[in-house]
Amino acid sequence: MPTPLIEYTGGLRDVEANGDTLDDLLRDLDQRYPGIRFRMLDEQDQIRVHIKLFVNAELERSLDLRLNNQDIVIIVAALSGG
Amino acid sequence: MAIRSSLKGTIVLVGTRKGLFVLLGDVGRQKWRAEGPHFLGQIVHHAVLNPASGTMLAAVRAGHLGPTIFRSTDFGKSWKEASSPPAFPKSSGDSYGWSVGHVFWLSKGHASEPKGWYAGTSPHGLFRSDDDGVTWQSVDGFNLHPDRAKWLGGSQEAPPDGATLHSINVDPFDKSHLYVGMSSGGVFESIDAGATWKPLNQGCVADFLPDPNAEYGHDPHCLRVHPTARDVVYQQNHCGIYRLDRTANRWQRIGDNMPKEIGDIGFPVVLHPRDPDTLWVFPMDGTSVWPRVSIAGKPAVYRSRDAGATWQRQDKGMPAAQAWFTVKRQAMTADQHQSIGLYFGTTGGEMWSSFDEGDTWQCLMLHLPQIYSVEAHTL
Repeated sequence: MPTPLIEYTGGLRDVEANGDTLDDLLRDLDQRYPGIRFRMLDEQDQIRVHIKLFVNAELERSLDLRLNNQDIVIIVAALSGG
Repeated sequence: MAIRSSLKGTIVLVGTRKGLFVLLGDVGRQKWRAEGPHFLGQIVHHAVLNPASGTMLAAVRAGHLGPTIFRSTDFGKSWKEASSPPAFPKSSGDSYGWSVGHVFWLSKGHASEPKGWYAGTSPHGLFRSDDDGVTWQSVDGFNLHPDRAKWLGGSQEAPPDGATLHSINVDPFDKSHLYVGMSSGGVFESIDAGATWKPLNQGCVADFLPDPNAEYGHDPHCLRVHPTARDVVYQQNHCGIYRLDRTANRWQRIGDNMPKEIGDIGFPVVLHPRDPDTLWVFPMDGTSVWPRVSIAGKPAVYRSRDAGATWQRQDKGMPAAQAWFTVKRQAMTADQHQSIGLYFGTTGGEMWSSFDEGDTWQCLMLHLPQIYSVEAHTL
């Protein structure tokens, strides 16, 4: 979890969630930490511009990607600005 | 009421580019103290108190994590995110789906609807809450209107933070009668609680359009409906200051009565809460490339007591020179005291106040981040 999102996870950087696909996983995450999905995806289910999702260190852009047990999903939030 | 029962006086909510600040004034508005920042590092476009319930809402853009609304029922002691923030309907099939970039404007609903709120967004969108800001629904009569795309200007005509729907006003005499302003797009109204809409721009200039008398496409900067006098509407537009008489249904450019060397360009307009003929504006430089700062570096408020027929300069207490203020459209307001207080915040992070209807001004606070919005409530 990137620092901008840990307000939703009670400060946890590493959390567990279930799902057959990346989309399922994010929905399960939202059940556990309400509101967190909308910070990563907009209402059209598009990944927000400054969010990147990595599965086992590979950048993924499709929420339909199938997941395996023990896959590690890393969420990265770019923080540009001033 | 869920507010701090001992709280008496005035509360001023200051939304900034880096968070929300709450200024608390004593009963005499002599002593002030600041609380916050809340949401440090996040953009607070607007924060408003619902005096009926004591709930405060803050329109927050969490950096690059998208928009949301936070609510507090204990005057800012704690905040909770809306469980369903404003969001456009999911697109179906091949239709284009809109996504809320940020919530720009918050307005309390009609007095008869104590838990009702409206929110305006960028890109142009209108949303409503019936549960004091916990959940938000799309006003589909606007958001899905077949002519919506025609009404809106292109991105070239949008404010720097993006095209936006703002100035949501509920007619105090008719809860189904709504006014909104769009930058750009113009002023629109609905008389059926948002189900249908029509433009309301006759008489208003749009000198940046091929047809300056176009039906829509204008750029209202700030629209205010008077809270106690029926059918009295003012707007500070990109192209002047106007008053609308609903019987004639045509905007009159009262800004033509401003001093020629000042002109009638600005962002905010503030109405006296009881006298419909008294209003204040904060003129800015709208010449050449539109610097949008106080004219010649000499900031001043202008007041009219006769519905815009004549104007008086009010700058006592403000810097006499080399002060390049910009006051955004939500960043000037009045409280509801019998002897009203006026407040404005600048993009330089200064909060200013007047407690004699603008005759003299005092700086309340310095060194805040860029101020986006100011709302004052008498407790």
